[in-house]
Amino acid sequence: MNTIALTCTDITVDFDGFKAVNGVDLELARGEVHFLIGPNGAGKTTLVDAITGLTPYTGSVTKDTPGTGAVELRGKKVHHIARTGIGRTFQTATVFDNLTVAQNLDIAAGAHRTPWTLLRRRRHLPETVTATMDRIGLTGHADTPAGILAHGQKQWLEIGMLLVGDADVLLLDEPIAGMGHDERETTGRLLHDIAADRAVAVVEHDMDFMRAFASRVTVLHAGAVLATGSVDDVSTDPRVQAVYLGTKETADAHTA
Amino acid sequence: MNRFFASRPGTWAGFAAAAAVLFGLAPLVLSGFRLGLLAQFLCYAIVAVGIGLAWGRGGMLTLGQGVFFGMGAYLMAMHLKMADAAFRNGPGAVPDFMELAGIRELPAYWAPFASPVFTIAAILLLPTGFAVLLGLAVFKRRVKGAYFAILSQALAGAFAILLIGQQSLGGFNGLSRFRYFFGYNLDDPVNQQMLYYIAAGVLLAAVAIALQLRRSRYGELLLAVRDAEARVRFLGYDAANIKTVAYATAALFASVAGAVFVPIVGIISPASIGIVPSIMFLLGVAIGGRATLLGPVLGALAVYWAQTTLSEQFPSGWVYAQGLLFVLVIALLPGGIASITALAKRIPTKRAPAEAAA
Repeated sequence: MNTIALTCTDITVDFDGFKAVNGVDLELARGEVHFLIGPNGAGKTTLVDAITGLTPYTGSVTKDTPGTGAVELRGKKVHHIARTGIGRTFQTATVFDNLTVAQNLDIAAGAHRTPWTLLRRRRHLPETVTATMDRIGLTGHADTPAGILAHGQKQWLEIGMLLVGDADVLLLDEPIAGMGHDERETTGRLLHDIAADRAVAVVEHDMDFMRAFASRVTVLHAGAVLATGSVDDVSTDPRVQAVYLGTKETADAHTA
Repeated sequence: MNRFFASRPGTWAGFAAAAAVLFGLAPLVLSGFRLGLLAQFLCYAIVAVGIGLAWGRGGMLTLGQGVFFGMGAYLMAMHLKMADAAFRNGPGAVPDFMELAGIRELPAYWAPFASPVFTIAAILLLPTGFAVLLGLAVFKRRVKGAYFAILSQALAGAFAILLIGQQSLGGFNGLSRFRYFFGYNLDDPVNQQMLYYIAAGVLLAAVAIALQLRRSRYGELLLAVRDAEARVRFLGYDAANIKTVAYATAALFASVAGAVFVPIVGIISPASIGIVPSIMFLLGVAIGGRATLLGPVLGALAVYWAQTTLSEQFPSGWVYAQGLLFVLVIALLPGGIASITALAKRIPTKRAPAEAAA
């Protein structure tokens, strides 16, 4: 029922001998909010960097798009990978501070525009932009410069930019960092809403948020996958408990 | 006020006012000598429009616009020298400075510049094409910031040194003593005034192109690349192409400005296109306000005008005044003089933060 959108096979990222990611296999399915958790330095963000073309790696990443089939992403340039429908956010929300919310979204919607369209003035906002503003709760802020949005609103705007850009695999790096309780709830519901027809991966440290909203969890430790499964599977796994409760010896013994 | 000038009738009104001043008022109140100076400054202002686009909107600190200015200027100067030689000694004759340097055969690369059409095409295409190649090579490798600035400045220095070594381009002395401009005698005051009108027309055209680029979706995208290049790439755009368009447009403006500059001033030499002149191009842009449309134009005009008039009265004092002005603007008004209005607008919102957050 849930189709696989992104398949990572044996990903290894080697920083001069230090293996930040070491032989990771990962599948992201449409319809799921897939959490990537793990202690600091586990390789979560590096894995996202590798998939999106920022960091060189060995192994294979294939994107499955209904209609066009599977495409290998390794070796492609950042903007070519983005055009296959893979969107990412950053730990600190990166939006265009000097442009308005509407302009931010309009740019995100336009990676396929022709030079002729680009050189002309925008007459009216595309429908996808207005619909997305509604979805991320920023309709009232269409003409607000993104730089003066509240922290949480910037995160939503960045997610919205991926939605208008037609990304169907979303890799979100700590989307609720610095958010208050209500904003977390809203974000969690938003993630499930957009995951209905997309694959959503969330890099997160917050365990409560993970328990509340994860459809599937992958635990990374020291660059390798420690466990994968539902929230219950993972939280009862003794190796995961060892990593999080700090008895390091047992965790090493199991991964070795 | 701002809203009015952003509207379509407001834009036309703004251009009409500028045209009235440049084409009506200035020739009435200025002497022929001053009008000639203004024509020269208008050429610098055309370069400034391009720098405003590439640096102010695109974040590319182009410290080497002298390269493109010089290309346009030398291409035009070569045609003017060929036309002079043809007028004196028939088609295909060797220009006078070559005779003095003992060059008897016309170098092969000079021959096509006998044609005005070829010359104009070269002025429009050659520097722009060079900028496209250079821009793609540099921006695809993600060279930016100070590294790009140093690279472009080194290029200006190298270009000037290269020209000094070329006897067939006049060497250190450059090319000078032009008598005719597409058949018109350059000593005639009427034709000199015509050159002023051409410079003014080109400036208005450059501002119009820059305005369209700023208001287009491309303009928003360029600003986005300036502020968060990685975000733009992760949205699926090739940021290098976006930057190259602005860089090549700035090169085109500089080239045309150089081509118009040559018949107005009557000389082009390596001394007017090297590192120091390239930095001078930037100075007016920084002082006027690099991110605005008219800041670079007014800044460039003001700086060169002040340089000329003040150095007439205080020959050694202007350099210090110029340095002081630059320090003051960078320290107190990093956005240039044009940012004063924006600064004034921000003060009341600081008093009511609640309103801004709502």
